[in-house]
Amino acid sequence: MAVTGLLLIAFLLMHMFGNLKMFIGEEAFNHYAEWLKGLSEDGGILYPILPAGWFIWIFRVVLLAAVVLHIYSAAKLWRRAEAASPSTYEAKRKLAQTYSARTMRWGGIILAGLLIFHLAQFTVHAALTNGSFASTYQSSAYKMVVGEFSQWWMVLVYAIWMVAVCMHIRHGFWSAFATLGANTSPRAKVILDACAWAIALVLFIGFMMMPVAVLFGWIHF
Amino acid sequence: MNVTLRVWRQANAASEGRMVTYQVQDVSPDMSFLEMLDLLNEDLTVSGEEPVAFDHDCREGICGMCGVVINGTAHGRGNSPVPTTTCQLHMRSFEDGATIDVEPWRAGPFPVIKDLVVDRSAFDRIIQAGGYISVNTGSAPEANAAPVGKLKADRAFDAATCIGCGACVAACPNHSAMLFTSAKITHLAMLPQGQPERKLRIKNMIAQHDEEGFGGCTNIGECVAVCPKEIPFDTISQLNRDLISSLFSRDGK
Repeated sequence: MAVTGLLLIAFLLMHMFGNLKMFIGEEAFNHYAEWLKGLSEDGGILYPILPAGWFIWIFRVVLLAAVVLHIYSAAKLWRRAEAASPSTYEAKRKLAQTYSARTMRWGGIILAGLLIFHLAQFTVHAALTNGSFASTYQSSAYKMVVGEFSQWWMVLVYAIWMVAVCMHIRHGFWSAFATLGANTSPRAKVILDACAWAIALVLFIGFMMMPVAVLFGWIHF
Repeated sequence: MNVTLRVWRQANAASEGRMVTYQVQDVSPDMSFLEMLDLLNEDLTVSGEEPVAFDHDCREGICGMCGVVINGTAHGRGNSPVPTTTCQLHMRSFEDGATIDVEPWRAGPFPVIKDLVVDRSAFDRIIQAGGYISVNTGSAPEANAAPVGKLKADRAFDAATCIGCGACVAACPNHSAMLFTSAKITHLAMLPQGQPERKLRIKNMIAQHDEEGFGGCTNIGECVAVCPKEIPFDTISQLNRDLISSLFSRDGK
């Protein structure tokens, strides 16, 4: 749970950083996208250590394994918690838990569902909502992103998804370090909590800047 | 003061339970919560009803025997200004005329025996799995023969104050006994006497914890909020650190 979660947070930081290339321009963003897939003229990332185009598939397999193991661990924890709770209290009152901690499970399901949509939209191009990849967007990743996020409701859906993701990370980041043994004192908890907030905010702002810029026309075709 | 109690009544482990409402009159604000229950039981006995069964022993907050969920929080922590056991919670923490919900610890590994009494022998079995040191007993050793650093001694002592009341399990949304187990682990891991069995102890105690059917810890923190002995949250990370390092050592090393 902790190891796979931290791996996915690291990926999100990288993904967010890559998205910001949209601000530089079409050529820079498309080159970056092709470079990751090994389609650029220089052979792409990690070429010639790996043959061109291999990196992206190794990366995808590792990410998929992380997601599957993360969900497997979560399901196991959920099942154990259910098994240990034969009845609920008549009076319920929470003293310590945060909204993020309470919504880790259902929130996780919601964000996983939207992840599938996200992949179908931007990776597989099967669920594009404002055109087709080959004709409308002329096979340009930049044009695709601009076209999709120029719809206000798409930005809204994305924002809701990012709220779910970042809330998950708000509890997940601190919890992962606690599970790995880093919560060594009350002071360490304050620091880990602050880091979790910082990462969640950085990710939210970093991911939302680009779609909002597209919506307001600051990034355009 | 007068209070209205809604108490969980359950005749035995096999029967269905339900909340029953009682009026308790002339409660002194200086009574402990258990003394108020004693008052209720006197009334019930006089009127020929079955008294409410609840666990208690020292009534000084140090034995770990008492413990009920009051208004949704273990030991009534939500009503108390300070960490407390049920016996040390006083009626002055409640308003006159208040309605108070009283329920037993609810967790699969803590089956209700009767009314507010639950079977906490799962904790005993976790202790039996490794919460001890194997030494030949004899006369007490000379105090300075095995020096312990001040910080470690303090940490061991903080963890050792766990009275095993089970409030952590009752409050945990996962019904995990991680705070209890980690208190025992930390207590022995900080002291020289605990070192020979340190790695084996954690494997055995965690295995028993899971065997008993407690849930897994997801670092939510409800346990720490209700703990009458203020067992620190960081004992759970101590347990995790020891567990991770025990995975890289053979049993018994």
